[in-house]
Amino acid sequence: MHRRGVGAGAIAKKKLAEAKYKERGTVLAEDQLAQMSKQLDMFKTNLEEFASKHKQEIRKNPQFRVQFQDMCATIGVDPLASGKGFWSEMLGVGDFYYELGVQIVEVCLALKHRNGGLITLEELHQQVLKGRGKFAQDVSQDDLLRAIKKLKVLGNGFGIIPVGGTYLIQSVPAELNMDHTIVLQLAEKKGYVTVSEIKSSLKWETERAQQVLEHLLKEGMAWLDTQAAGDPQYWLPALFTELYSQEITPEEAKEAIP
Amino acid sequence: MDRFVWSSGLLELEETLVIQQRGVRVYDGEEKVRFDSGVLLLSTHRLIWRDQKNHERCIAIPLSQIVFIEEQAAGIGKSAKIVVHLHPASSNKEPGPFQSSKYSYIKLSFKEHGQIEFYRRLSEEITQRRWENMPAAQTMQVNKSPQAGRIRAVGIVGIERKLEEKRKETDKNISEAFEDLSKLMDKAKEMVELSKSIANKIKEKQGDITEDETVRFKSYLLSMGIANPVTRETYGSGTHYHMQLAKQLAGILQTPLEERGGIMSLTEVYCLVNRARGLELLSPEDLVNACKMLESLKLPLRLRIFDSGVMVIELQSHNEEEMVASALETVSEKGSLTADEFAKLVGMSVLLAKERLLLAEKMGHLCRDDSVEGLRFYPNLFMTQS
Repeated sequence: MHRRGVGAGAIAKKKLAEAKYKERGTVLAEDQLAQMSKQLDMFKTNLEEFASKHKQEIRKNPQFRVQFQDMCATIGVDPLASGKGFWSEMLGVGDFYYELGVQIVEVCLALKHRNGGLITLEELHQQVLKGRGKFAQDVSQDDLLRAIKKLKVLGNGFGIIPVGGTYLIQSVPAELNMDHTIVLQLAEKKGYVTVSEIKSSLKWETERAQQVLEHLLKEGMAWLDTQAAGDPQYWLPALFTELYSQEITPEEAKEAIP
Repeated sequence: MDRFVWSSGLLELEETLVIQQRGVRVYDGEEKVRFDSGVLLLSTHRLIWRDQKNHERCIAIPLSQIVFIEEQAAGIGKSAKIVVHLHPASSNKEPGPFQSSKYSYIKLSFKEHGQIEFYRRLSEEITQRRWENMPAAQTMQVNKSPQAGRIRAVGIVGIERKLEEKRKETDKNISEAFEDLSKLMDKAKEMVELSKSIANKIKEKQGDITEDETVRFKSYLLSMGIANPVTRETYGSGTHYHMQLAKQLAGILQTPLEERGGIMSLTEVYCLVNRARGLELLSPEDLVNACKMLESLKLPLRLRIFDSGVMVIELQSHNEEEMVASALETVSEKGSLTADEFAKLVGMSVLLAKERLLLAEKMGHLCRDDSVEGLRFYPNLFMTQS
């Protein structure tokens, strides 16, 4: 056979080489899956060992929980994604947060008539603790935030709005855009806000301010006080308990507002 | 306990509430003193305790009085506590519940929990000392800490030493735990890298990877909590676990759905199922991923997503569009209805009632009147009377 250069023969050779490469490629994938399976088993063992030494630490120490969650997030792992995941099964973190999720939903539903579906993280924390009872484990606000982030996926409108150093938790599928959020943040200081305050702080036109306030009224998140001296005041019931050192029960709140 | 003064509990002008917690008992040192069940309030200036049964019975202590605080973990039958070590009371102190006390510390017992957050906030306030920048009314004692600090009671030195030892030991335990955690995370990271390279292989050779291998891969991702690197969605459909779960749900939810008019929000389902399980709960993602498979598995339920993003489970036999017709009748009978009113009449949750009315509006049967009084729906006379 005489030497072949570029031509049919070279192409044929190339095709053969490609086919062999492809074959090896498939085998490689199978190998890698087998390798992953083995490594998974090993990891499971490591996790079991870790759990036997430190499961209690995670349960009792909220700072450790935060560190744990942050490290998982950094490497691209979500320990709360599934109840069937290793983390959930072996460290017990799953049940802790999923149950907390249920409790958060129930509290928000119970108070929705009062605050339109907006509640401070503090008040939510208080109410959840009350509901959990004496023998349950203590939970931190960070725990609540993580549970809420997971709840969002159920399409229920749960949202976390930063205001003045804390957070407002939204639990209804009402649309709250940037304008609404900024006004909520402005109202957080005194528990209420007026049109003129919005205009002077944010340099908005009257109509824009009024639109936002009307939207909050419609959603039941704000109450209007026309009897205040000066501008009518738009109060946020979600912020009531922040302002007073005395606890107001839902019954008292109903009586107080005509 | 002799550092406390009687108080109205009302905050002063410059004083802000930081956190409050119910169910707190105050101990004078080791002794119970009938301050059993109160709301403990932390402000920028003071610690206030108000009796839950008798709101008039209220005591307070300025934060400047505090030397330092420590945590006491909960035990069997014992609530978690915060121990608050105090400077001696100043001679010009206002009247309080006790003239004298043999203890230089009090304990706060958190019978209804909340100790974690309270401790955190109290630590912050003591560190920040905001009361020094915002002088409140003269009725409050202002205790200048540096002076008082020089007059240390002997006991406090010993306590501080114990505290230091405990801190060192806690640090040691924590650092061991963190070390182990770091090592574990390194191994987890390897798994993530491996899964990425496998995912790339799958992407390159769409046809050459078997269905079975894909399913296996997805279940590995599930175990580790790694999002599917290819589709970025959380390994939703296609794992055996979610298929099984979908079938289970179809069984569990049949009756509850029938009892609720054939439709339930996904959040309701989440609560219902997890409350029933008690242990080995479902994550929200587990539920969503299982529900996404309902239709393809030909089960008698389906997942439906409304325009608003609200997600519901319906019986296959349920027809929301038919329900709209009866909703229109109901609204017509009453002239007009809000979502709240409709919900009450029909016995539905407000969330789903609103969705039904919105759907009716979308189909042209209802008109809205959107005012500050609320969102009200009327029969669409433009349609029927034109």
